[in-house]
Amino acid sequence: MNTVLIMDATTIDRALTRMAHEIVERNADQESPALVGIRTHGVPLAQRLARKLQEILKREVPTGELDISLHRDDLELRGAMPRVGTSDIPFDVTGHTIVLVDDVLFTGRSTRAAMDAVTELGRPLRIQLAALVDRGHRELPVRADFVGKNVPTARNERVRVRLIEVDGQDEVVLEKP
Amino acid sequence: MKTWQRKDLLGMKDLSAEEILFLLDSAKAFKQIGERKIKKVPTLRGKTVINLFVEPSTRTRTSFELSAIRLSADVININASASSLVKGETLKDTALNLQALNADIIVIRHSAGGAPHFLAKFLKASVINAGDGAHEHPTQALLDAFTIREKKGRIEGLNVTILGDILYSRVARSDLWMLTKLGANVTLAGPATLVPREFEKFGCRVTHDIDEAIRDADVINLLRIQHERQRKSAFPSIGEYTALYGLNKERFARIKPDAMIMHPGPINRGVEIDSDIADSDRSVILQQVTNGLAVRMAVLYLCSGGQKVES
Repeated sequence: MNTVLIMDATTIDRALTRMAHEIVERNADQESPALVGIRTHGVPLAQRLARKLQEILKREVPTGELDISLHRDDLELRGAMPRVGTSDIPFDVTGHTIVLVDDVLFTGRSTRAAMDAVTELGRPLRIQLAALVDRGHRELPVRADFVGKNVPTARNERVRVRLIEVDGQDEVVLEKP
Repeated sequence: MKTWQRKDLLGMKDLSAEEILFLLDSAKAFKQIGERKIKKVPTLRGKTVINLFVEPSTRTRTSFELSAIRLSADVININASASSLVKGETLKDTALNLQALNADIIVIRHSAGGAPHFLAKFLKASVINAGDGAHEHPTQALLDAFTIREKKGRIEGLNVTILGDILYSRVARSDLWMLTKLGANVTLAGPATLVPREFEKFGCRVTHDIDEAIRDADVINLLRIQHERQRKSAFPSIGEYTALYGLNKERFARIKPDAMIMHPGPINRGVEIDSDIADSDRSVILQQVTNGLAVRMAVLYLCSGGQKVES
């Protein structure tokens, strides 16, 4: 297997800083957007973005964690069931701009599941999507509002995002079979 | 353990401690759903759950029904009195007919121990045991464990006393097998006629002295007298049972200050439990009912994606 380094700790941090500024710019009419990280890797990314937003806006940014296991559409395709995690969204989503945060945007199915999961909690003012990496190959009409890096990939390649909080280091690599 | 593999939930006896903890951890996510404004997820959309209750039940059936509904499954209830079982059809034929209707999950309650295990051998559908005779009631055990963990933060090392009609209780057996696997110190207590010494071989303590049984207990699980299962009376009178083994105010005053009182229901106020104790803040009886939904949702969800395991 061939692996190519796409982002390191510095480029990941720069990308997140830029995304934070874009989120502020896009939501200038809003008091403050709320961030919701999709488990697992979206959660630390949402927390990092929240810290950057708080620096820019000088106020608290509501941040939550979302588990989308129960909204997936591939129940039939799996022979075994992974553990279901809890969601932790300590604010009312109704009336908020919700920025969903994920590590990799690929088929768009996780985003669909996350949108369903969030709208079951209330009626957000709007939902936006932030992804550290957009690797293409969409299977649903989904696009990201904020992208760290666009990475052209082949269908059979894998993009791995590793984050200090989960994996002990910050990097994004492309694995070619 | 990363994934759940089983398609059937037949009893606590076959499960490993790891599998039990996996179920309990998963149930936390389902408890959250019940606390939301929209108490429903689309997870089992298009799946059919059939509650085949050959023995009467209200609370377990309602709990399974609501669990299936909250997972967006379609659910049908079949009661023995209204089914062809009274016309002489065998259980096997009834189950095969339900499978022919493309049922994905069959939840069965039966007065004969082993009935769910029998069905699981030939059905492609998932089989969930909702109570078989005096044998097992796995989802009751799971909701008990979930409630204990919620209150005490752990199960390992706790002193759990199960008090009452052990002999005829499927809850006692499932609780006993599960709790010993999870590292609790289990004591069974009650009249000698209902708490035989034979249970000691399952790794628990048996005593007929109630005051000694409850003194050091962190958890006291009271069981109802199963009149419907007792062929002859195991004690002289209800009044005598209450006097000797009921949890009255006098005994309640001597238990540990943080001991929690559990009961699988239906409770008989003034028999095995004093009415005020049942309503006190030490009693978690109604939390058990709420948690029953969470663990049953977890069981339906996990088993719907599993595979048949040879037991």
